[in-house]
Amino acid sequence: MADQKKIDKVTGVETTGHVWDDDLQELNNPMPKWWLYIMYATIIWSIGYMVAYPAWPLASDYTRGVLGYSQRQVVMDQIAAGKAAQSKFRDAIAQAELNEIQKNPELLEFALAGGAAAFGGNCAPCHGRGAQGFKGYPNLNDDDWIWGGDLEAVHTTIRHGIRNADEDSRQSDMPKFGQEQLLEKAQINDVAEYALSLSGAATDQEAVGRGAEIFAEQCSACHGENGAGNTELGAPNLANGIWLYGGDKKDVVQSIHTGRGGVMPPWHTRLDDVTLKQLAVYVHSLGGGQ
Amino acid sequence: MATTLDSYITPKVENEPVEAAPGVMRHDVKPVNAKDDRPLYVDRVAIHPKLVHGTFRNLKWIVMVLTLGFYYLVPWLRWDRGPTLPDQAVLIDFADQRLFFGPMEIWAQEFYYVTGLLILASLVLFLVTALAGRVWCGYACPQTVWTDLFIMVERVFQGDRNARLRLQKAPWSSEKVWKLGITHVTWLFISVLTGGAFVFYFRDAPTLAYEFMTGTAPYIAYVFVGVFTFTTYALGGLAREQVCIYMCPWPRIQGAMYDDHSMLVSYRPHRGEPRGPHKKADTWDGRGDCVDCKQCVVVCPVGIDIRQGAQLECIQCALCIDACNEIMEKVGRPPNLIAYDTFHNLKAAETGGNVPVKVFRTRTILYMVLIPAVLGLMTYGWVNRSELQLNVLRDRNPLFVRLSDGGIRNGYTLKILNKRHETRQYKVSIKGLPATAVDPKLDFVGFKEADPVIDVVPDSLRAIRVYLSLPKPAVSQLKDESTDLTFVVTDIEDGTVTRRGTKFRSPKK
Repeated sequence: MADQKKIDKVTGVETTGHVWDDDLQELNNPMPKWWLYIMYATIIWSIGYMVAYPAWPLASDYTRGVLGYSQRQVVMDQIAAGKAAQSKFRDAIAQAELNEIQKNPELLEFALAGGAAAFGGNCAPCHGRGAQGFKGYPNLNDDDWIWGGDLEAVHTTIRHGIRNADEDSRQSDMPKFGQEQLLEKAQINDVAEYALSLSGAATDQEAVGRGAEIFAEQCSACHGENGAGNTELGAPNLANGIWLYGGDKKDVVQSIHTGRGGVMPPWHTRLDDVTLKQLAVYVHSLGGGQ
Repeated sequence: MATTLDSYITPKVENEPVEAAPGVMRHDVKPVNAKDDRPLYVDRVAIHPKLVHGTFRNLKWIVMVLTLGFYYLVPWLRWDRGPTLPDQAVLIDFADQRLFFGPMEIWAQEFYYVTGLLILASLVLFLVTALAGRVWCGYACPQTVWTDLFIMVERVFQGDRNARLRLQKAPWSSEKVWKLGITHVTWLFISVLTGGAFVFYFRDAPTLAYEFMTGTAPYIAYVFVGVFTFTTYALGGLAREQVCIYMCPWPRIQGAMYDDHSMLVSYRPHRGEPRGPHKKADTWDGRGDCVDCKQCVVVCPVGIDIRQGAQLECIQCALCIDACNEIMEKVGRPPNLIAYDTFHNLKAAETGGNVPVKVFRTRTILYMVLIPAVLGLMTYGWVNRSELQLNVLRDRNPLFVRLSDGGIRNGYTLKILNKRHETRQYKVSIKGLPATAVDPKLDFVGFKEADPVIDVVPDSLRAIRVYLSLPKPAVSQLKDESTDLTFVVTDIEDGTVTRRGTKFRSPKK
């Protein structure tokens, strides 16, 4: 059968030899030439490709190809090229004082872009992508700064962090007035009312009066006589409308009862000096910088 | 079936010349698309069009000179736009996302002007097709122009139709190698120039020409010269009419573009039939003017016989009109046996009637209305195009910031576009917030002044961060958590103003 060609009588075209339903046969028309040539071309191409490029996996390695092409190397080269292209600005930022960076439009643009990228990768998990903050994690857009909002202060805070093992980190400690039984429950209620009154949010004027005394005794050393806070000690301003741990009575009572002491890691161990400077300039530019 | 195949290999050397009429030899040629016994699979038949002289051939030469001249020379035209911008009259500047057309400059986001131009071009094409068929295909299409040019090259090195046919049939010899070789080399040379001219539209032409000569042109320029060299050579030199028949969608679309009133290149059977050879003494009574010399077939660049009527292969180049008129003059019959005519008129002529050309029909009127409408719309858009533009991006994260004094602050990024070819200075102000004793405060990041003068360099965009703070009393006056607000940018020099509306967001009431 194989050596005998079957020809379809009607068309004169060779058939494949298969017969269905008594007399139904399949014509063996050739593939279109263009199709065939393209297929041959792809076969030739694939051989060339396998010789030129990495192709076959081996036990512990792979065939490297005569061109020595490696996607990983391409990425490394691109990163190196990118770094080299940035070096002009990075070197300038490394040399410059923070406020000099702010004054130079080119450096400022570069620092803001780099700062934004570094912020997204490092700071956003706690402070939010838009630096809007969450309960316990300060909003960096506003003009209320616990540890100071000028460029140097922001830079120091980022560099060394807050209440961590770094020897230069920001340190302060709010007593746990309730837990350590420094104040009675009623006293905590009164001083909370007083604290709320500083921003006009108190509801019980008698309690405010009683709380004022306790505040002067227990709190004013850090938060100041008028509750305006102290950035040296990281004592928040209690007299404005911004509450890091919530401004409801319940929240304020809890803050006094358990004390507050948010922590932030030191970043100089993870980020280079230039990035830290860029971050400081970026955070400062978010609108609240002083 | 195999018996018919051979007869389709057209290039038979005409070895037994027959006289169709006194002094008119009959060509032994078969149209490539003859209907009878045409198998499904046939190899392409090489077509060797004969040179013809006449009105339409001259028109085609003129169109060729104009289109090629335009294509090759336009990149070299200069247009002064000042020191900071390119001085090439027509430049498609991908790197800076600009299109330069003489005095016009189009930014990437204004690409709709190009879209409008393309719509306009299509409408004109539709109108022309409705009036006179495939005029574009026959005269101005690059495929036609370059194929024509390549056939001319062929003729210069290999001679006219008969000589080329003989050469094709001839066994390989040094003469054949030389003639074919020089033809292909010339084609490639033209193709390189074609590809070369194309890239000049995308980069300053003199600079790029210098870079080509010193071998320092960008890698991508060589790639595109290569691509266009290949396509010009392959499409114009090798594929030719196959592009029009099998590859190009436009001829198929055109079938819907013309109608019975369109002027198409047509053979007039009522005048030509019955056809046949004519001897000197014979009378012309009782017979047609067609002497069946097949001149119309041998000059046809797609190798068809126009006397079979309208065919999809026909590109309406009108060369058969020239060919036939030459013969009609020789045999002393009136010209235009083949001519531009309408289906309607051809049909009427069968019974001796005559239908005048109807130019104004629903479709042509529609195109004639749409063309000025689109043109007017584009012109209006262009005349009212502002050379100062402002985009405002409001911060979404956070929507607003509560300040320690109880005020609310929103952040915005202003993008000021200066489309002028000179540095301009602008001031920014706002409108639309409720008036209170304390004004809203604008802080411009990177500026010391409260109301800074903002420089924007020529032909560029400057993005500026702006913080807008509303003091507590003003916030309490806001009726809603979202208040309409307008940023106004004023050109200090000429007072041009552009506005952009946005919102001021505040906490829920």
